[in-house]
Amino acid sequence: MNGIDKAFPGVQALTGVHLELFEGEVLALLGENGAGKSTLIKILSGVYQPDSGTISIQGNDPHIHNPIDAQAAGVAVIYQEFNLAPCLSARENIFLGREKTRSGFFSRNEESREALDLFSRMKVSINPETLCRDLTVAQQQITEIAKALHARGKILVMDEPSATLTTQEVRQLFAIIRDLKSQGIGVIYISHRLEEVFEIADRVMVMRDGRHIATKPVRELTRELLIEMMVGRKIENEFPKVPAAIGAERLIVKNMSREGAVKNISFSIRAGEILGIAGLVGAGRTELARLIFGADERDSGEILLDGKRVDIRSPLNAIRAGICLLTEDRKAQGLVLGLGARENFALPNLSHWARFMFINHKNEKKSFAGFVNNLKIKVAHEDQIVQTLSGGNQQKIVLAKWLEANSRVIIFDEPTRGIDVGAKYEIYQIMNELASQGKAILMISSELPEILGMCDRILVMHEGALSGEIANVSQASQEEILSLAMAKQA
Amino acid sequence: MIQKNSLFSRFLSNYGMLFILILLCVFFSIMTLSTQHPEGEKAARILFSELASRDKNAAILIVSKSSREDAAFSDTLQSLLKEAGYQSLEIVKGDPASVKNSLEKLANENASIDLIATTSNYAPAVSRIRENLPSLSSVSLLTPKSSKWPTFLLADNLMNVANQIVVIAIIAVGMTMVIITAGIDLSVGSLIALSAVVVTWLVGRSGGAGASFFIITLCSFAAILLCGCIGAFSGFMITRFRIPPFIATLGMMQVASGFAYIISRGKPIYDVPDTFVWLGRGKSPFLALPWAVLLMIVIYAIAHIIMTRTTLGRHIYAVGGNPEAARLSGVRVNRILLFVYITCGAMAGLGGIVTSSQLKSGAPTYGLMYELYVIASVVVGGTSLSGGEGKILGTLIGAFIIAVIQNGMNLTNVESYTQKVVLGFVILGAVLLDMLKKRGWRRRKKSA
Repeated sequence: MNGIDKAFPGVQALTGVHLELFEGEVLALLGENGAGKSTLIKILSGVYQPDSGTISIQGNDPHIHNPIDAQAAGVAVIYQEFNLAPCLSARENIFLGREKTRSGFFSRNEESREALDLFSRMKVSINPETLCRDLTVAQQQITEIAKALHARGKILVMDEPSATLTTQEVRQLFAIIRDLKSQGIGVIYISHRLEEVFEIADRVMVMRDGRHIATKPVRELTRELLIEMMVGRKIENEFPKVPAAIGAERLIVKNMSREGAVKNISFSIRAGEILGIAGLVGAGRTELARLIFGADERDSGEILLDGKRVDIRSPLNAIRAGICLLTEDRKAQGLVLGLGARENFALPNLSHWARFMFINHKNEKKSFAGFVNNLKIKVAHEDQIVQTLSGGNQQKIVLAKWLEANSRVIIFDEPTRGIDVGAKYEIYQIMNELASQGKAILMISSELPEILGMCDRILVMHEGALSGEIANVSQASQEEILSLAMAKQA
Repeated sequence: MIQKNSLFSRFLSNYGMLFILILLCVFFSIMTLSTQHPEGEKAARILFSELASRDKNAAILIVSKSSREDAAFSDTLQSLLKEAGYQSLEIVKGDPASVKNSLEKLANENASIDLIATTSNYAPAVSRIRENLPSLSSVSLLTPKSSKWPTFLLADNLMNVANQIVVIAIIAVGMTMVIITAGIDLSVGSLIALSAVVVTWLVGRSGGAGASFFIITLCSFAAILLCGCIGAFSGFMITRFRIPPFIATLGMMQVASGFAYIISRGKPIYDVPDTFVWLGRGKSPFLALPWAVLLMIVIYAIAHIIMTRTTLGRHIYAVGGNPEAARLSGVRVNRILLFVYITCGAMAGLGGIVTSSQLKSGAPTYGLMYELYVIASVVVGGTSLSGGEGKILGTLIGAFIIAVIQNGMNLTNVESYTQKVVLGFVILGAVLLDMLKKRGWRRRKKSA
């Protein structure tokens, strides 16, 4: 791709971007949200047309005008949201639109054989007849890759493939990617997780504000250098941890259990403390958070807040008691996407400005304006639909909503997922600020550097139970957490 | 500049339908522009003002048909003239044949007549009779001055539009709330029938034609309560057992309709007192609007305030936009859903009362297909079937768009089969407009 320009009404999305991908290499594409990565990929895959610039694949101009052209030219894209029909089997999805037919009828045996062949090439065992909705996320991803391979893809684009995978599944994915490399397929790998980039990529391309910043072999780069290139300025300390004064025990959780998810967990958090919960995906961390917040029904367990027993049976109880939860999936659980920023902010707090159900809009607006200022939320106007906001600003809206609710205990579930480096830094600062105000903070995160960088104490979960505690965080290492997280398998 | 632009587009997206309604009104006004012949009291007053310059001793003959309107004309004119001091007045009422007889008698008696006053509609017939009687043929015929005015914009016709739509509009309030929560209520048509049958049956059993106004009110509230309970049952099935609203209310539609037939034994119930029509036909002192229309305005005002100014309204929007996020923000989602289905049921019950009051009877066939008109009003009014957005006042506009189109087509003599086709396309057009609006919005999102 050479000299790609793309403008949307009011925005110059791409300016003279140059991308070069060799056979059998992994190119990591990095950049903050809004840097133009997705736009570039959408041009490659034929969703958008460039205003100027050329694309050539193996020396030919493939004339990509729509996604079908792109497919024919050998470009396959695996988006974060998979394009699989959930009620069709893995085999049917792989062959969708390219069914093996014999005199008009598709031949199930032949398709089945080829599907198995594709899976075995990737060294995985998936029954091709399983319906896609019954496959795990990782298996669905592999099905997508198989679909791309079957379409004889020469270029495979993966948009944040590891975001929803467990550590083990990520290893499996990397093994598959290495295998694809050896078959001469070029892979464009988009991720926010820098560790992965160093592990899998051969070269790194960094974009910022719709421009191509640099493309360099990965061995010439360091983590700090990458961040600097992405943000455009030096970030002294990725995790600006400021230890706060630790007070009395704020939240005590005793014997929390839920069949099949959480096993008999007890712990406590002090005022001003940031407690991290680490573990593999599926270890029951999110489920634990939901139990504390009353989002799911618990089988047993009790919660003490500032020494007093609180009865939490619903999120409403939790909010009234002063516990809040920033969910890991902002779009599905944290925000009403079709409503405006202010309305989302106000949702749990309407009683603050309401007298017998009637909302005083003036006070509501005043309060929201205060948070927009303090948290530096970028909104065009207070009624901007939150769907149109960036991940970082969405997270800030959720944060503002719970700060207004004046919670004493704040549970962050993957607070920085899908958020770019600059906004991450701001969110860490807000966490520090909250801790210094004496709030108790529980942080669930799959990003080990983040947990190690921000927490005063770390709990590790494995298969629904606590498998260890790290009290001295400054001496701890990622390996230590990982070995605890995989306790029983190791 | 950008801000202004977005304000303008927001205004258009919120009130674009109002613009269409106004266009429709203008269109039908032009189409129905014609010569209007005043009738009744109004005609009498106009004629009287024309007479004012005449000699008070003139002998005047007032000729009219014996219909109610014409009787009003004749009586009013007579009393006006008497008051003004006219002495010599003759009154003739009846069909052309009897008028002819009376006039012949007058001519034979050689009565002196200087003027014949009659209505515009009757003038040709009277004039023909007059020409056959030599003694009267020179007497001038006076009719109230007619004027050019669109039939559509006549007060009577506008009232007609309001009366036609009042039931649908009232129920559409509840339906808007239900649809904003991403639900649907198909049972409202049957609830109209059930409510109409129950109220007339109850009134019939507690006094029939002799029932007091208090009894009627009590029976009405009982019927509304019953419909509210049926709404609550739908809501319960939807919240407790996660039955899709479409199916739950489809079931209740059959149940309610069945009960209406069982209670009425399949026949209309007429056993109600004359005061029963107070709500549907009675005129309120306020602008002479029918009570039902006034009630509709009050309901819209309350619903608008609920949806825009109260926590309840905000919660309804949130539940429709994302029930899980709403729940995790402390909204009692099930309670909100229950509320909207109860409201919708009760509004359908009220709609049934108004229908039965307008028709002075209750029959299990009332409200057939009304759910579709109600849903159409809501959708034309800009509420999205996927939930989370919509406006109460938009629904009112939507209801009036449908009523105006129907009424306008009646006035311009479009036959009823064609009307169906047009209405169908109007509904499709409204939904299409909604989709285009959304697609434009999505395009903006991508560029951001």
